Amino acid sequence: MRSVLTALGIIIGVGAVIAMVGIGNGAKAQVEAQIASLGQNVILIFSGSTTASGIRTGWGGAGTLKIEDAEAIRREIPGVVAVSEEVRSITQVAAGNQNWSTQVLGESAEYFDIRQWPLADGAPFTPQDVRSANKVCVVGRTTATQIYGNENPVGQILRIKNVPFVITGVLTPKGLSPQGVDQDDIVIMPYTSAMKRVVGGTTLRGMNVQIGDATEMSAAQQQIIALLRQRHNIRPGRDDDFTVRTQQEIAETATAASKVMTLLLGAIAGVSLVVGGIGIMNIMLVSVTERTREIGVRMAVGAHGSDILTQFLIEAVTLSSVGGVIGIICGIGASKILSAYAHWPTLISMSSIAIAFLFAAAVGIFFGFYPARKAAALDPIEALRYE
Amino acid sequence: MNNGALVRLIDVHKTYRTGEMEVPAVRGVSLEIKRGEFVALMGASGSGKSTLMNILGCLDRPTTGHYVLDGADVSGLDRDRLADIRNRKIGFVFQNFNLLPRTSARENVELPLVYSAQHLTNAQLRERADRVLASVGLGGREDHHPSQLSGGQQQRVAIARALINDPEVVLADEPTGNLDSRTSVEIMGIFQQLNERGITIVMVTHEQDIAGYARRNVVMRDGILLSDKAVTQRAVAEAELSKRT
Repeated sequence: MRSVLTALGIIIGVGAVIAMVGIGNGAKAQVEAQIASLGQNVILIFSGSTTASGIRTGWGGAGTLKIEDAEAIRREIPGVVAVSEEVRSITQVAAGNQNWSTQVLGESAEYFDIRQWPLADGAPFTPQDVRSANKVCVVGRTTATQIYGNENPVGQILRIKNVPFVITGVLTPKGLSPQGVDQDDIVIMPYTSAMKRVVGGTTLRGMNVQIGDATEMSAAQQQIIALLRQRHNIRPGRDDDFTVRTQQEIAETATAASKVMTLLLGAIAGVSLVVGGIGIMNIMLVSVTERTREIGVRMAVGAHGSDILTQFLIEAVTLSSVGGVIGIICGIGASKILSAYAHWPTLISMSSIAIAFLFAAAVGIFFGFYPARKAAALDPIEALRYE
Repeated sequence: MNNGALVRLIDVHKTYRTGEMEVPAVRGVSLEIKRGEFVALMGASGSGKSTLMNILGCLDRPTTGHYVLDGADVSGLDRDRLADIRNRKIGFVFQNFNLLPRTSARENVELPLVYSAQHLTNAQLRERADRVLASVGLGGREDHHPSQLSGGQQQRVAIARALINDPEVVLADEPTGNLDSRTSVEIMGIFQQLNERGITIVMVTHEQDIAGYARRNVVMRDGILLSDKAVTQRAVAEAELSKRT
């Protein structure tokens, strides 16, 4: 019973470490997965943070990027694999007696490759569709469900601003973005069609640029900035009228927060592990005192000091290891319960289990050593006489 | 060289320090005990007999003087060497039995073998422990815990533990102090049987009639030997027991 209470400290400590690190890692993995869903080696360019007249509008607001800029990047920046021109607007779409307000995105045909966003059904639009500004589009899962219910939307007509578009495919669901926006509530069409029929205007909101080799990312980023500044006639010392972000920069910002959280949770859990260790030290000291006579007998029949030391160390480590194993089970259980009821993503890696277990055993050795040494240093005569 | 003496104490002194004071407990004892003897060491409390017993048992070292056990001087050995000597050459029997609680009689008896240099398999350990337990009349009780045994039976387990490593000498410290008179006689009967088989026994006691079961009585007072004489009218435990029933 006493051993159980003592081990409880370690159980709670290890369980907390496992659960907390699990939650932290889960959050990190989720963010990373979402960042990765932006595509591999992608540079995002947003038009204008500042207009020529000095009004700062935020990303994509000023319309400073032109189709020709995209052409120039394709032509002049080495290492560019694909470029997708982007325009967007929020628009009411309708079919039959259903209508729905959704985001309409104009992109080039490479967009689906860049974002690694395959279609669940049907086919994407083609470069030919983009050149001819054909009235075709693909829809996201949410939009499809809202308009067509359980019907297959491929081949159906979707009216956008009263212009009929043919649906060529349905995208695989992507889920929520890190900001909590439903990424499947979308209609994607050739940017040429979007500019002509839906959004209007001649400027791009932004571009997705894919680079072939990850090592060329920052060089390409610098070259794009230089190229666009030159094309937009921006004098040295003036602000850019566009923003260039690499996927990596976005990922770093997003994961930094979750890293801090994991560290913090782990540290709190680690404190409880140390408290558990002090509990073990306490109980081992009591045990050494209670068993002084036993130690005396063992020494009288020939036990060396090292035999006694080993015996008590093994007891301490056993206590902490058993606590560690139970703690690991509890921790896994706790994170499963959190995932199931609180819908927090948790990720328990083998390495965190191994580290927690080794740490628990190390706590046993560390906090068991002093009582064990005390036992080993007892004088057999005194120990035998102890009442 | 050792002219047949198993234990030889040569002018042994033991002085305890308590702060500034030096308290002499043993003040120059020379004693020889031959193989196969059964010695009762007697004396009032404070006479130094317990200290002498601790030295004989290699639990303590003399301050000055020499202790030669089985031809080897052990007075200058360190803790671990003394532990090895205790393990191989000395068997202890204590007044309060000193068995490990929550541990079976067999495991208690096996304990010295756990710390011995020779490595035996579990089956060998068990076989040896059971044989020794049977020799002290506890066959069939190998799996009993100390709390399930009477005082006399617990002391028999302790004797079996003392015998497991075939020691040169068995040291018994007031072995009957916690037992009633009949059980005391039974334990003395076991000691006499062991002594018949040639085992050397040194027993500390302050009871005159218990000392009467030994062959030789040594009396201490104030840290020195007062008398040392053979027992003339030796009590025989078997006869005593049959008389009582």
